[in-house]
Amino acid sequence: MIDTGNTAWMISATALVLLMTLPALGLFYGGLVQAKNILSVLVQCFAVACVASLLWFVAGYSLAFSGNGPWIGDTGALLLRHISRAAVHPGLAIPESVFVMFQMTFAVITPALIVGAYVERIRFGAVLLISGLWLLLVYVPVAHWVWGGGWLAARGTIDFAGGIVVHVTAGVSALVVASLLGPRHEFPHGIRPPHAPWMVMVGASLLWVGWFGFNAGSALAAGGDAGMAMLVTHLSAASATVAWMAIEWIRFGKPSLVGAVTGTIAGLAAITPAAGVVGPLAAVILGAIAGGVCFTAVLLVKRVIQVDDALDVLGVHGVGGALGTLLLPFLAAVGAGGVVSPHGVAGQFTAQLIGVVSVALWSAAATFVITKLAAVTVGLRIDHDGETIGLDFAAHGETGYHVMR
Amino acid sequence: MKLIIAIIQPHRLDAVREALTGIGIQGMTVGEVRGYGRQRGHTEIYRGAEYTIAFLPKLRLEIAVPDSRADDVIDVITRSTRTGKIGDGKIFMLDLEQSLRVRTGETGDEAL
Repeated sequence: MIDTGNTAWMISATALVLLMTLPALGLFYGGLVQAKNILSVLVQCFAVACVASLLWFVAGYSLAFSGNGPWIGDTGALLLRHISRAAVHPGLAIPESVFVMFQMTFAVITPALIVGAYVERIRFGAVLLISGLWLLLVYVPVAHWVWGGGWLAARGTIDFAGGIVVHVTAGVSALVVASLLGPRHEFPHGIRPPHAPWMVMVGASLLWVGWFGFNAGSALAAGGDAGMAMLVTHLSAASATVAWMAIEWIRFGKPSLVGAVTGTIAGLAAITPAAGVVGPLAAVILGAIAGGVCFTAVLLVKRVIQVDDALDVLGVHGVGGALGTLLLPFLAAVGAGGVVSPHGVAGQFTAQLIGVVSVALWSAAATFVITKLAAVTVGLRIDHDGETIGLDFAAHGETGYHVMR
Repeated sequence: MKLIIAIIQPHRLDAVREALTGIGIQGMTVGEVRGYGRQRGHTEIYRGAEYTIAFLPKLRLEIAVPDSRADDVIDVITRSTRTGKIGDGKIFMLDLEQSLRVRTGETGDEAL
């Protein structure tokens, strides 16, 4: 039986989640690169969104959400042949078409997050090949494990809106791709600063708004869970932003815009897995921790591991998502509005840890194979001249900014 | 005739324009340029990483004047741009061979 209120909310939420990729993530990433690469980032996000959508239609949805096997779904919904206008998603009061579409927008943004690892030097063909294979070999099985009735769901791992499925998969894979691809040739000391910090802020703001669809939509109904998810999502974002600004102010003497909005995204990634089980006070605490931990993680990747994960996908998304996943058993009982796990704190933490570690290992291994495959087929890197000229012209034949009339 | 080229801090432009108007100088050309002198750029921090900004934004003013006005112009520009801090800029003066107003065909001092 379809509930019109739930359906109306889920259609709205779906639109909000697509907004996170188009244009929000594009602007967030695009402002961080050099002016000569702005269009390449936008077209990468745009193209990944379309390729992921088509693959979701062909096989992704079926393998993630049709069937209850421990490892992978079945072929019952290939090409969405199972769908009809009257179909209701099992166990929910919304049309199957809306559930397919809502989940599609998650499948769209997750490979697009990895764009931040390889900007300014990758071949466009490699972007498409890696994203397509990655969707089917990493995102789809992990979505099944956690949300499609797979082995992590059976193990009791809680991932409300994608701390594991979206942010850990993308963050870990980003590090693997960046490492195999190699750094931009000026890395680490000659890298140019972000060309448009204001654009980063616009992108982050749209991500913030879209995240209400992402997290509150993950309640899959218009009710108290959705309302609380929205509230805690907002508070975590605000708290992480203030934390990141405070750290920069103390360490560098000045709080920056790029830092502030990076903190926002860290807070949003951290609350994502926990938005169904924590209350407002816990969200503020989680956000503050996320601001500090992600700030440190970003520095560690750049200075210690020295991998050119150019736009800090691991440090912000991967670490933020993992952090919220691991802390949620402890935070559920903090303040009002939480949902305490029946498995107890220790039992739930074990389930969370198994989820994060197994998904991180699978993401790393599968992404390694996918990237190697792309290296020997389409090739990973644009040539040195192309990188110097910029991907906008070298790979797409366009220029972002024509300053002379 | 002299051509005076001044490299100044962008935020001093209005002060220079007002001061030059005050002594009857009719026109100038301004361009946004980047460069460095003894100050050798500065650093900016994004997400904890330090970036060296070697070329800082400056404005390049070009003012063509009759020989008799050149010293006044240099004096006025100096007074309206000097803060005493590094990065205030530089002024160059060149001999100017010819000038021509396109609309009327006037040349020399008449065209300035």
